[in-house]
Amino acid sequence: MWMLEIPPFVPFFIGAVLAAVTRGPLRNMVMIAIPVLSAIHLWMVPDGNHIQFAFLGYELIPYRVDKLSLMFGYVFHIAAFIAIIYALHVKDTVQQVAGLMYAGSGLGAVFAGDLLTLFVFWELLAFTSVFLIWARKSSRSYQAGMRYLIIQVLSGVILLAGALFYAAEHGTLVFEFIGLEGIAGWLIFIAFGIKCAFPFAHNWLTDAYPEATVTGTVFLSAFTTKVAVYTLARGYPGTELLIYIGAAMTCFPIFFAVIENDLRRVLAYSLINQVGFMVVGVGIGTALAINGAVSHAFNDVIFKGLLFMSMGAVLHMTGRINGSDLGGLYKTMPKTTVLCIVGAASISAFPLFSGFVSKSMVMTAALENGHDWVWLMLLFASAGVFHHAGIKIPYFAFFAHDSGIRASDPPTNMLVAMSVAAALCVGIGVYPAALYSLLPYDTGYNPYDATHVLAQTQLLFFSALAFVWLNLRGLYPPELPSTNLDVEWTYRRLFPAIWQRTVGIATRIYQFMGDTFKQTLGVGLDYFARKNNRLSGLLSRNHPAGSMVLWVVVILASYLLLSFIK
Amino acid sequence: MENKKQHIFDNPKNVKRLMSVFYILCVLLFVLDFVINRHVYHNWENLWGFYPIYGFVGCVVLVFVASWMRTFLMRPEDYYEKLEQNNNNSVTTGDDNVDA
Repeated sequence: MWMLEIPPFVPFFIGAVLAAVTRGPLRNMVMIAIPVLSAIHLWMVPDGNHIQFAFLGYELIPYRVDKLSLMFGYVFHIAAFIAIIYALHVKDTVQQVAGLMYAGSGLGAVFAGDLLTLFVFWELLAFTSVFLIWARKSSRSYQAGMRYLIIQVLSGVILLAGALFYAAEHGTLVFEFIGLEGIAGWLIFIAFGIKCAFPFAHNWLTDAYPEATVTGTVFLSAFTTKVAVYTLARGYPGTELLIYIGAAMTCFPIFFAVIENDLRRVLAYSLINQVGFMVVGVGIGTALAINGAVSHAFNDVIFKGLLFMSMGAVLHMTGRINGSDLGGLYKTMPKTTVLCIVGAASISAFPLFSGFVSKSMVMTAALENGHDWVWLMLLFASAGVFHHAGIKIPYFAFFAHDSGIRASDPPTNMLVAMSVAAALCVGIGVYPAALYSLLPYDTGYNPYDATHVLAQTQLLFFSALAFVWLNLRGLYPPELPSTNLDVEWTYRRLFPAIWQRTVGIATRIYQFMGDTFKQTLGVGLDYFARKNNRLSGLLSRNHPAGSMVLWVVVILASYLLLSFIK
Repeated sequence: MENKKQHIFDNPKNVKRLMSVFYILCVLLFVLDFVINRHVYHNWENLWGFYPIYGFVGCVVLVFVASWMRTFLMRPEDYYEKLEQNNNNSVTTGDDNVDA
């Protein structure tokens, strides 16, 4: 069958234009139709380079399809579909358009076959998504959006520089394995790393995502970091450094998550933790590990989306999101509670939920390749993620002490979106073969053997036991209204402070020098004036202006005389 | 009206029941360790009750370290806003000076 191969970002961008000019039910229909039609189309597209042309002597491939990019393509469609349904009630045109553009940019990036196209979509991801943050319309979100945009654009600029170096070194822009060789390899690695929320470059995520709108955060959680995971899986598989970076990413955020009060910020930290598992998988680079990384990205988009949706529902219905303000919501939001628990069970990798079938691949790969300590860190992180995302989120929002808030379940469209995500979480967990058949490699991996199931269940139950014990003994840190310092302290507090000091000192030095100069000048002038005074009474400073006029008259008169002589 | 309705966990008995089931499950899982013959990838996994103990100890350490981190990381909620606001006030713009 002959078919026109349209890159998936095209329908989304067209959809964004349509969403901008339509309103009401018509817009809703258009917005739901876009991901569905695009997904059906993508399903039928065969592998290969579908668009290819030469530009300034370099071969550009704006649309390349293979198993790796398809995985991300599919899950981005699912994520867009779910997020659009979740946001159907939103009247704000800016958000609807930005959401579609953002999803389209994510799809454009994963199907980009060359670095220049990747750069274009890389920047578009930043410029479209920032509107989802600004749409909150508070000064806090404006500032956070600004910081987000600056960091994202910086990442893009580094990527462009890396791409130019790459073109100079290799004579091509085709995006294949890059590796940490030469300046290009490192520049591109750093660019990917910033978007992937590597340690110390992670703070844009926990800063900006919780400041976005209820529906915006659901979009945000799906695309940017997963695009970065995809690019790492394509450009740097088997890079050992990534194993250690990933292991650090799985561990450090859970400490912050335990003491964080804003529940959506807790989820943002846990997002970094989950991306850490993927980065470890990419770093190990074996077929099993890459499969694990990719499938975990796939599942994470769905269960993290579900968790952000359930917390969004809480924020939407109560206007509050701090753990210290919430509690006891299960009484009036039972459906949201159940759906949130499904998401919590999935991210905690309970058997029969989606996280289990993908995370275990990365863990097994770490062991098989002799990374014992990394494996221990991942195990600790698994227990930790259950602790903060699996227990803390549902417990402090829906149970714990009764906050007295009696909010009802959210609008139907939100519940439908969450139910779709929850169904996928359980479906993938129960029948992982469907997911495995889409993976880039065929490894014959089976997560459901007695060893794995028992080990994981033991780990999780005793983590829960630790929570129960700590809570009963009153040792668990209470939810407190607070800000916890993170890397952002350097650029929100330290650098501004240093800058202010520097400016202050510079101003004082400038003033001092100016004053000294003026003084010296005055002294000098006085000195010469005094000398002059003694030399001639007529031209002295103390002489009245009249004598000056007199002398001018004398000079002019002599000119006149001279002109007569001639 | 809503407040008067009894919910499932308002009754302490139900909480107790849930906790008992949970404790029984924990014990059961621990015992299963000795019943099920697992194939291990690593020597550590042969250790007696490795996963349960690792999970429990790991989480307790996590919470203690996190609580300790609060002592030097925690700031008031409006920590950054205050600073950023101060900055904005110090650089007064023309509009702000109209009334002054």
